[in-house]
Amino acid sequence: MLNKLKVATAAGVLGSLAMGLTIVGSSAGASSMTNWSTVQSVSGTKGMAALVAAAKAEGSINVITLPLQGWANYGVIMKDFTKKYGIKINDENPNGSSQDEITAVINDKGRAAAPDVLDVGTSYAVENAKLLAPYKVQTWNAIPTGTKSPTGRWFDDYGGYVSIGCDTAKVKVCPTSFAQLTNPMYKNQVGINGDPTQASAAFSAVFAASLANGGSLNNIEPGIKFFASLNKSGNFVPGGSAATAVAGTTPILIWWDYLQNGIQANLKTWKVIIPTDANYAAYYSQAITADAPHPAAARLWEEYLYSTVGQNLFLQGYARPIELASMIKAGTVNKTWLKLLPASPKGVTTYPTLPQLAKAKATVAANWASEVGAAG
Amino acid sequence: MTTTPDTANSPRGVGGRSLTARAALWRHTRTFVPVLPFLAYVALGLGVPTYIIANLAFRTRDGHLTMHNLSVITSGGQYLLGFETSIKLAFVTALIPGVVGTLIAYAIAQSEHESFKRVIAAAAGVFANFGGVNLAFMFVAALGPAGIASGWLAHLHLNPWSHGWSLYKFSGVAVVYMYFQVPLMVLVITPALNGLRPQWREAAANLGASKWQFWRYVGLPVLMPPVLGSMFLLFGSGFSAYATTEALTGGTIALTPIQIGSILQGNVISGQENVGYALGLGMIVILLVSVIAYALLQRRTSRWLRP
Repeated sequence: MLNKLKVATAAGVLGSLAMGLTIVGSSAGASSMTNWSTVQSVSGTKGMAALVAAAKAEGSINVITLPLQGWANYGVIMKDFTKKYGIKINDENPNGSSQDEITAVINDKGRAAAPDVLDVGTSYAVENAKLLAPYKVQTWNAIPTGTKSPTGRWFDDYGGYVSIGCDTAKVKVCPTSFAQLTNPMYKNQVGINGDPTQASAAFSAVFAASLANGGSLNNIEPGIKFFASLNKSGNFVPGGSAATAVAGTTPILIWWDYLQNGIQANLKTWKVIIPTDANYAAYYSQAITADAPHPAAARLWEEYLYSTVGQNLFLQGYARPIELASMIKAGTVNKTWLKLLPASPKGVTTYPTLPQLAKAKATVAANWASEVGAAG
Repeated sequence: MTTTPDTANSPRGVGGRSLTARAALWRHTRTFVPVLPFLAYVALGLGVPTYIIANLAFRTRDGHLTMHNLSVITSGGQYLLGFETSIKLAFVTALIPGVVGTLIAYAIAQSEHESFKRVIAAAAGVFANFGGVNLAFMFVAALGPAGIASGWLAHLHLNPWSHGWSLYKFSGVAVVYMYFQVPLMVLVITPALNGLRPQWREAAANLGASKWQFWRYVGLPVLMPPVLGSMFLLFGSGFSAYATTEALTGGTIALTPIQIGSILQGNVISGQENVGYALGLGMIVILLVSVIAYALLQRRTSRWLRP
């Protein structure tokens, strides 16, 4: 772990050294000779115009693992981008995972089909920083510090809170906290979306449960213990998913608040609550690959995602865009969509640092099966 | 290459020998050439991936040689537990369906209705290949806590859920595996049962053997190698099954294939790819050991069959 962080830092230092060189490149942005793969920012109307022209000349962009329906509104976002710029989007492996993205970047290196841009869990971006190109979008300062790499190799895009979804047709009184989930009336009803050693939503549910049960960002173990006791009492149903929620085998499902609306589309009686005793949120990260076959289109995609339009479209998909706070302040946020979000929890949301995340992941990988499974 | 200069220049006698040698070479070529596409297929589909996995299992992410990955998976903790549970599950779901499947296949083989046999063979082929998330959902709908069959059984006061059984635990997963393992056994053992000729039984009866004696001295010894071989096939099938268990248990049962999936395809464990390859190598070794054990066993049990 420590070694990997060192690698990431080293890559960061190299990145900042390179930055001095490429800002020169971007000032000559209007020239058709610009090597966009080394451009680390564009400035002003003129810079954007050059970027748009170059991206249009490339004609297409390779994205990866962006689901076509639901999931932070990516389907609508991709359509709108193509409509606006006439750039075709090739979406590889729409339902893939963060690791699938990294594997594709490594295996497809040098091919025309290699991914240009990524949407990954932050730790995947950090550990693979050398595969990523530094770039800072024009709204860089609106992205809170700590949710972006200082050199611009990755930057968070959207996220949300761990929430409890509940089918009011099957559950008489919906639980509003982790503590209530232990009530015997919820026997065989509580699911989490997937396997915490594979799905980040399920992993986050364990982290949130830990916070609700005396744990901390340094200690996820109480969360594992919580699910072990839930499994022992028979309330926990392993292998939950949106499908089991709709089918009724997990009428209570712990999942990201912004993804629960996918269940609502099929189940009008589905209600979403952010638990009162756990304030846990996480964001995904954007990144441009270092060997992007369409370097200009990749940079334009990021500029688009971090424009008011792009950020509001995430919001339309019930996800909280990373620039939300600054958009509320500036009055550029879409208020209709903002109102539809489930109420955010009281207090300040704190995020695990990367070492805290790594530690928690290792703990879950080591103990999930042996403790929760054994408790059954 | 023409043959004329060779025969023309060779001293008398030697020409004859070289002709024989060439004939032998030709015989060998005739034996080997048709197998070449298969060998190439095996090399590409099995050899190359195995080499890549074995190689990466001993590398760091930066490509340096290391024993670290191997020591991670063999030094206790979740990965050893994964191998243990996987082997246990594969063993149980090879042994029980192996016996049950053989009995069913034998019963079917005794039937005189050819069309019935064909229907069963086709059905077994379909069921044996039914798996994955669909199978998991089917069982949740039937035998889940709110499943239809669970409801029927509850009426008979036999609801397995109220007797400590759970679809989401080891015993539940084992039951689900039977669904495809039993038909698989029927499918692969039927040809061997057809090879058990009725004449042998008649001959044994003519010599005064009882039914028990026939099975003890003729039937079982003849069937043992194919039955054991098929069970090894079932072991492999149970050992590597993945999607069904993952959908049912959400990782609460430690299985090596699921752990590999978490590492190579997940959203949580990052940067451990080479440990995943080491786990893959471990699975290959276990399957290899079982295949070699089978080969030795078969050599022993089928010794008397050799001319």
